[in-house]
Amino acid sequence: MEKQLFGGVAGGDSTAQPVVPNRNKPRTLATSGSKQDSVETLDSPTGSHVEWCKQLIAATISCQISSVPADTASGDCKPPRDGTKQVQTDEVPLVPGETIKAVAKDVMYICPFTGLVTGTLTSTNYKLYFISLERDTPFILDVNLGAISRLETISVQSHGENTRGMEIVCKDMRSPRFAYKEDASQPEIVEVLAKHAFPLSNDLPLFAFLYKEEFPVDGWKVYDPMAEYKRQGLPNESWTISKMNSSYEVCDTYPALVVIPTSIKDDHLKGVVAFRARHRIPVLSWIHPESQATIVRSSQPLVGPSDRRCKEDERYLQTIMDANAQSHKLTIFDARQSSVADNNKAKDGGYESESFYPNVELNFLEIPNIHVMRESLRKLKEVVYPSIDEAHWHSAVDQTHWLEYIRLLLAGAVRIADKLESGKTSVMVHCSDGWDRTAQLTSLAMLMLDSHYRTLRGFQVLLEKEWISFGHKFAARVGHGDENHANSERSPLFIQFIDCVWQMNRQFPAAFEFNELFLITILDHLYSCLFGTFLYDSEQERIAKEVQTKTVSLWSYINSQPEDFTNPFYVDYEHQVLYPLASVRHLELWTGYYVRWNPRMRPQMPVHQNLKELLFLRAELQRKVDELEREASSSRGSLSSSSEHTSSPSHSGGTPLHTIV
Amino acid sequence: MIETFGIKLICSKNSCLSPVVCLVVSVSCRLCLVVSCRLCLSPVCLLSSVCLLLSVCLLSSVCLLSSVSVPSTGEVVFCSASTVLKYTQDDLSQRGVFGVLLCTNFRVSFVSDEAPTEEMGQLFKNKLYGENDIPLSCVDNIYGGSEDKRKLITGGLVKNKYPSKMIIHCKDLRVFQFSLSFSKEEDAKKIFQGIVHHCLEPKSLRCLFAFSYCENTSYPEAQRKKQTVMFDSVEDWTQDMKRTKGNCRVVSENSNFELSPKLPQYFIVPKNVSDEDLTKYQGKGLPMWCWSHHSGCALFKTASIPLVQEDNVPQTYMEKMLTAVAHNHLYSVKTEDLSDTLPTVQDILLSYNRFKQFFLIDNTTEFWMSDMKWFSSLDNCGWLDIIRQCLQKAVEVVESLEKENTNVLIMEEGGSDLCCVVSSLVQLMLDPYYRTLLGFQSLVQKEWVAGGHAFLDRSNHLHLKDKVESQSPVFLLFLECVWQLQQQHGPAFQFSETYLTVLSDSIHVPVFTTFLFNNDGHRDSLLRAESPHTQRSPLNCPTVWDWSVQFDCKAQDLFTNPLYTEKPKQDTSVRKSYRPRHLRQLSLPSSAFKTPPKKGFFKDEADNLKKILGVKRLSRWMLSPSSDSPQTSSSVREFYEAWQTKPLDYHGLLLPCLDGPSIRVWMQRYLRWIHDVQILGGGPVAMLSKVSEILGEVQELQRQLDRHGCTLTSNHKGARPRAKTAAAVIAARSSVRLSSSFPFVTSRNWSFKPAIPTSLLQSLMVTGMAGNLADREDDGGPESLV
Repeated sequence: MEKQLFGGVAGGDSTAQPVVPNRNKPRTLATSGSKQDSVETLDSPTGSHVEWCKQLIAATISCQISSVPADTASGDCKPPRDGTKQVQTDEVPLVPGETIKAVAKDVMYICPFTGLVTGTLTSTNYKLYFISLERDTPFILDVNLGAISRLETISVQSHGENTRGMEIVCKDMRSPRFAYKEDASQPEIVEVLAKHAFPLSNDLPLFAFLYKEEFPVDGWKVYDPMAEYKRQGLPNESWTISKMNSSYEVCDTYPALVVIPTSIKDDHLKGVVAFRARHRIPVLSWIHPESQATIVRSSQPLVGPSDRRCKEDERYLQTIMDANAQSHKLTIFDARQSSVADNNKAKDGGYESESFYPNVELNFLEIPNIHVMRESLRKLKEVVYPSIDEAHWHSAVDQTHWLEYIRLLLAGAVRIADKLESGKTSVMVHCSDGWDRTAQLTSLAMLMLDSHYRTLRGFQVLLEKEWISFGHKFAARVGHGDENHANSERSPLFIQFIDCVWQMNRQFPAAFEFNELFLITILDHLYSCLFGTFLYDSEQERIAKEVQTKTVSLWSYINSQPEDFTNPFYVDYEHQVLYPLASVRHLELWTGYYVRWNPRMRPQMPVHQNLKELLFLRAELQRKVDELEREASSSRGSLSSSSEHTSSPSHSGGTPLHTIV
Repeated sequence: MIETFGIKLICSKNSCLSPVVCLVVSVSCRLCLVVSCRLCLSPVCLLSSVCLLLSVCLLSSVCLLSSVSVPSTGEVVFCSASTVLKYTQDDLSQRGVFGVLLCTNFRVSFVSDEAPTEEMGQLFKNKLYGENDIPLSCVDNIYGGSEDKRKLITGGLVKNKYPSKMIIHCKDLRVFQFSLSFSKEEDAKKIFQGIVHHCLEPKSLRCLFAFSYCENTSYPEAQRKKQTVMFDSVEDWTQDMKRTKGNCRVVSENSNFELSPKLPQYFIVPKNVSDEDLTKYQGKGLPMWCWSHHSGCALFKTASIPLVQEDNVPQTYMEKMLTAVAHNHLYSVKTEDLSDTLPTVQDILLSYNRFKQFFLIDNTTEFWMSDMKWFSSLDNCGWLDIIRQCLQKAVEVVESLEKENTNVLIMEEGGSDLCCVVSSLVQLMLDPYYRTLLGFQSLVQKEWVAGGHAFLDRSNHLHLKDKVESQSPVFLLFLECVWQLQQQHGPAFQFSETYLTVLSDSIHVPVFTTFLFNNDGHRDSLLRAESPHTQRSPLNCPTVWDWSVQFDCKAQDLFTNPLYTEKPKQDTSVRKSYRPRHLRQLSLPSSAFKTPPKKGFFKDEADNLKKILGVKRLSRWMLSPSSDSPQTSSSVREFYEAWQTKPLDYHGLLLPCLDGPSIRVWMQRYLRWIHDVQILGGGPVAMLSKVSEILGEVQELQRQLDRHGCTLTSNHKGARPRAKTAAAVIAARSSVRLSSSFPFVTSRNWSFKPAIPTSLLQSLMVTGMAGNLADREDDGGPESLV
């Protein structure tokens, strides 16, 4: 039985329908459940849209209401909800640790799709919850406070005097607007919202530290650096797992464990540390199991306008090159635009000179910086929310350049992967600091090269390793709990990366074990502050704040119900390298994420639905066959037909979908 | 290895009476008959049968020896040149393969000198033409090139000159580049002139390959007749009307084209249309029945009569017809003049010509250059918008039928272009039967072939100068719309994307009677005239639906969609749940309805329903609703949204989403030949192969169960054996080795290099756009560099 967990989005609904039909239901969903006929609310996904909801709504925990018929509700999983709760009340569903902070009645939601709706607005310390019972079916809008970028008052004079308007500008591509009457007896709802939406600016803890849910799986155990390096075949004779940064003294933004060349002496290392920006020395990210070619990441060298040299750094790179016997070259990919790299050089940064580093080839990938990306996403929001210009859709998307940057990233990562795979050459990647574009490129290249990262667990490891442990500044880039929305440190670099993964997923629909919902869930909880996974800028900070003991990991939730996030089409491509096509012709705007608030863009029933039914049918048949098999063998002993059964497709039942039913 | 047999014959055509050399060439397992008249270079049609007889005698021994697939019978080689270099498409390196270039009465063909690599690519082999063959009518444009320049060849002016390089753009979007500079000068000149002559010059219909092909091939008629409803008999029409519970009159008076050769052989008109009404205005203004909705209302189409102000007669006639459509005021009628609201056939052609240029790519550099402007170019050419407009119009008509239960009469000048597009789309959306493979083929027969779409003029296979104006890819536009529907609601369609792509290619294969004529009368007169047995049956030619002419059974498996869900056999209790939905939409007191005793998708209407509906008088007389188009579009929007909130029934009404991102480019059709955009190991085929595999397993398990004599008790019978799939063909294990262009192109070898954009990375543009942003430090703070 499917879980009925919804939250974090506009629209809930009372008539949730199981995704995988249970045995009492006809196959065609359309003919089942006359209940749905009564559902008219356009802004809320209903009936057979549920699968879509699941695809779209990343959430779960935050809330949920579903009047699941008693016979279909089962308790095999641990839904954090009260299954008997009736939607017809305007009770706010709460997650453990969540408390209501303010309630405002007779608030109008100015829905850009279906017009005005009047209802009750509740602010908790985790979410904003709006429910209206004036339509046939309850209308629910649910926004995680963590997703709020800024709160603005707007003019709503048309709705009468004493009416105030508020616009909630969100990081997740929507901006719901409300109008409400002033009420002197109560604290202004906007202020309560602001206080809890930006806890760090108001000396409050992030909600992740208050969240008290317990999951059967501990997500903090997903990433064990030692185990991951061991999987890659490390340490080996050329590479060693070093504890030199175990107290984060060498580099405060690097993890405690890093992989460096074995032959490097400590005093030698000091020179390299001093020569690399923020002490982010070249360390190994991935090693090719056959050719021993490696992906190495670092920050820019501090060359400066006077072309400083560093003998230790030059020797260090030579050692990296020598660790790979297949090639006598090392390729450096500088993610920046060459003009920007030159500017950096004038300001004491720079790039490796091919004349000082023998056998080194330097390439610029010409990827613009975080500010350009932020601007691009801002423009994209204007294109997709609230309404879409039909006739000029493609040119409007074109003008945001968003897909072009996606293309640049993919093309860069393909070049890196190809260098390793066909050129058998080791590659070093850096940008300025080595925590933004570098993380994007190395993780994408690793995703192309190593099929392990294309599994549900493997992808979690990839994120934990390349992004979280290597110090992508999540707190600064997302601005968790911080009211300073204009901070120029904010930038959607991680979203861009997930978008690239989605594009790959689309080009290779069978190569990834996880599905679109998984990616959307990750992005929703990037903002939600419900889990500790994406909080803070570095491993050091996370240790200091005791994130692992005081918060829950996103992977705890995901891995407790992996079937929801599994791609039913998954086929293990084994050691196949995947080269996505970095052509705009094969890129598409991720409407399932960026345009998901528009009810017209919701698919009614995705293709997956059909396949899931098929998988269900297969499981059912398999069970039947096994049963008969057992009966037959117990009554008659060994059968001549048993050989046929061993060759039957039972072995391929590896997909966890079976467990749903 | 070329063997020649010389036979001297006299060229009797063009009265040049010169000796003709008839050569039988066997070029690497291909057997052709080369007939060329030294002087006049003309097709020697009259001789072909004589030659054939001779050649059969000569060749029979050779055939037996090499067990080769003889190219289509009736094929005659006009000219050939050896050591022609065919460039590999994907790079600028000027590399290629040498071979022989031939021009026959069917195709331009390149036969490589290298031994053909027989690989899995053979799986989806077209029996009529191979990957290096271009049927003559598939040639779109020919360019002559020298050095860097290229020039469009328009025919006529090519005497004595020939370019060193010949580029052929095909209508199925393949691009061929040949170098003639290594061939003998005389051969090169001859082949160039021959190809230009046969591909671009006007010719008569009987020169099309179909006629020589059909004379020499016999088709068991029964084989096709049992499947697709051809709508070439009274029974077919009567049955379709019965199926939809229509209540109109079948006209069979034109079965020998006595009424008018322009009118279809058989058609259906409203009951009240009298005999003399039929022939007034040459069938213009005559409402032709298309389809009946289960509520009793129906869709009609007509060719509009040009209304002259002073002349009242057509006006009166039109009103009379409308009354007939209204079934004596039982129904209200909406009329829709498509000429006013949809693009003209010329607009469609212009837009498509711009659109197709994005895919006719000569080399990698050009490709990556155009990649930068891709999205803006898409909007500018307007092709996707035309698709959207057609779908939108169809949704409007569906709304009138389904929600308002009015009769709809669509009209346009001619009545056989956009009327066909809209009426067939409406039927696809409303009637699940047409979403099956055979149903779809029947729909095309009904609306397009019998409906008199001028296929010949629209495709201009004959390159007639006076028909250039009437050329337009209207049928392709329809297929594009179907593809959009199919993309959005995959499991509702029994046929696959590949099927639609192949169908769109077949338009340009001049073998099938389906696409060769302008209307029934035209077809009948020509086939009769061409018949070898003058007094008896007309020439028996295959239709495009005889897929075995082009593909073997295994390849045809790829035409079916493995995800298609067959309509579950419902018991009555389930079917009742359909009812309330439709009734509720009639905006009538529900007490007026009693459940009719008969069950079915098309139910008999109760008499009282008719009476109540009759109260609604004709609402929109001769008024084009285009005047209130903003309202229309918002009403369509509401209609869509209301439909969207209901649970989706793949066997009920289907509506397309028309918002910007939902109308897409038909990647398989347009990108399949471009090497740089093939996703190796990816594309939809990766998904389909997984589905096929699971289906195969399900079927295997079911067989096992059957062996145990046990039937499945659950409700999943609906999913039981669906159409046989290509499971064996594309097992998931091999999907890693297929590309997004499957099944049209199969990767030759798996050691591939990724396509890396070669275009200048747009650093210039970015700085231009983002101004100072690009130059800023990632971390604005002063401490950004230690």
